[in-house]
Amino acid sequence: MDVFLQTLVAGVLKGGLYALIGIGMTLIMGVMGIINLAHGQLMMLAMYVTFVLNTMGVDPYFSLFVAMPLLFLLGVGLQKFLLNPLIKADTILPENQVLMTVGIGMALTEIVRFGFTSDYKYITTTYSNETFFLGKISFSMALTIAFGIAIAFTVAMFFFLIKTDLGRSIRATAQDKDAATLMGVNTGRITVITFGLGSALVAAAGCLLAPVYYIFPDLGGPFTAKAFIITILGGLGSTVGAIFGGVTLGLAESMGATYFGMEYEDIIGLTIFVLVLLFLPGGFKRLTKV
Amino acid sequence: MKKNLLPILLLAVLAAVPLVLQDNYYLHLLILFLMWVVIGSAWNLIAGYTGQVSFGDAAFFGCGAYTAGLLATHFGVSTWWGLALGGFTAVAVGLPFGWICFRMRGAYFALATLALNEVLRHGATIAEGFTGGMVGILIMPSFVSKIPYYYIALALAAASLASLQWVVRSKPGYYFVSIREDQDAAESLGIDTHLYKMLSLAYAAFWTGMAGALYMNYMGFIDPHVVFNLHDISIMAILVGIVGGVGTVYGPAVGSFVMVTVQEMFRSGFFGLFKWLGAVSGSDSLVRVAAVLTQAHVLGFGLLVVVVILFLPNGIVGDWPKIRKRVFRLDAGA
Repeated sequence: MDVFLQTLVAGVLKGGLYALIGIGMTLIMGVMGIINLAHGQLMMLAMYVTFVLNTMGVDPYFSLFVAMPLLFLLGVGLQKFLLNPLIKADTILPENQVLMTVGIGMALTEIVRFGFTSDYKYITTTYSNETFFLGKISFSMALTIAFGIAIAFTVAMFFFLIKTDLGRSIRATAQDKDAATLMGVNTGRITVITFGLGSALVAAAGCLLAPVYYIFPDLGGPFTAKAFIITILGGLGSTVGAIFGGVTLGLAESMGATYFGMEYEDIIGLTIFVLVLLFLPGGFKRLTKV
Repeated sequence: MKKNLLPILLLAVLAAVPLVLQDNYYLHLLILFLMWVVIGSAWNLIAGYTGQVSFGDAAFFGCGAYTAGLLATHFGVSTWWGLALGGFTAVAVGLPFGWICFRMRGAYFALATLALNEVLRHGATIAEGFTGGMVGILIMPSFVSKIPYYYIALALAAASLASLQWVVRSKPGYYFVSIREDQDAAESLGIDTHLYKMLSLAYAAFWTGMAGALYMNYMGFIDPHVVFNLHDISIMAILVGIVGGVGTVYGPAVGSFVMVTVQEMFRSGFFGLFKWLGAVSGSDSLVRVAAVLTQAHVLGFGLLVVVVILFLPNGIVGDWPKIRKRVFRLDAGA
């Protein structure tokens, strides 16, 4: 029973971070209808920002205030100068934007590799390896803090989308772009802002993950994969779904690692992905309708 | 006939190449080029003609390669049997996958292909007893000379192009295009879209698997990270298709030539140009530029994707009239 509870806790803590990664992806997905395959790479970039700041003595959690605006600006730039021009281009394949994000992801990975080589980097803080106990269950200090901040961001994002004018415009664009344009929403600007927001959110996830993970340029690919599994699980474009999806993936991964073996961790994510596509196309969104 | 003249001439020239050019390095590049023609045109049928973009060509490539390799390690038969069976194994993997995943459209399907590749890669890594895991499979190449491989690759490339041309001009070919243009309209006109998408996938899987089997025979070594590689196989296949021209018969051939050249240019530091310049001028910085460039081929790929999609969204062949107008200042209609 203790093993099970411990696995459950580890899974939920990891799931909080995954949710943060997934929300960024699902926002972009909902508004632009494309899958951002550079999502993990953006997170990787944020982790390197954290790393550089850390060598200058800045705490990883404070580097949130640097990495998020930086990545927001980068996301805005990418959307404005690379992705938006493609909408007008007359092509056979509508997936050009997705391919563009693949190219962006590759370029980002290699640029980072130039700067920092492929070596694994670590950020060690006083709380990296600290744990505390509730009963017999151990909680990693860094992951618990990260979970708390991730939840805070998620809730803030949620209220932003529901209560503010900008949030409403984003949701309107996601629901029906043409109708939103007719209602006077500047959808071009909304897509730019959304991509920036998505990048900033994944940057936050990167900063929170940095103290407990190792950092290397190829980290982006697997996390992009996780992000789209979460998005598919939750239902494309659904914020609530992304939270459920993130936690489900976190749980499934840690359960799989405990009860099947570490090498199956990645396969479990993919199996869930395929199962959801088969039996619940549309993801949790279909169940919750949010 | 006039339309087919240029390809036939090219084929004749390529067939004569080994008589003149015996240099192993250039033959190696040409073999790679021909292999990518096969993969690129297969990708082009499923993505360019049928409109189902696949991000997981490496899955089929790996199936073909592993068929050849496993036949040799487990049954002791020649890896050349892989060339006969590799394509069919890829189809055997592709059809059930397609049956399940063609219920999804557009980006969903692309993601599913990505997942298929990941599952196969992890599977091949974990099943150590069967596939050799990360150790991979090593075989002795049948020929020392590269010329036999060259002709086999050439035959494969020619056959795949000929079959592609035949397919796209047959009835299913037009069905494929109708699915790409508007699936619902195609469905309402009585086309069994699910069946035809599967047919298209089977074709793509078959040729990609054949290319994989060729790769196993030619390179003599495979492991899960080599053949189920997202960047080096799947993305490269997409690039070959896009650079050359999506939805054109000869586009991937052009794209393959460009991509293999670009890849090699980066890998060899523009064929040793910078190194040579550095040695001649005695400048250290040029030597350093050469060293940096040789590491930058993936970066080059990434930037190439960005540039090509921005400026030539339909590829070199697809946007040829545009290029002619812009670069040569000729009227496209003439």
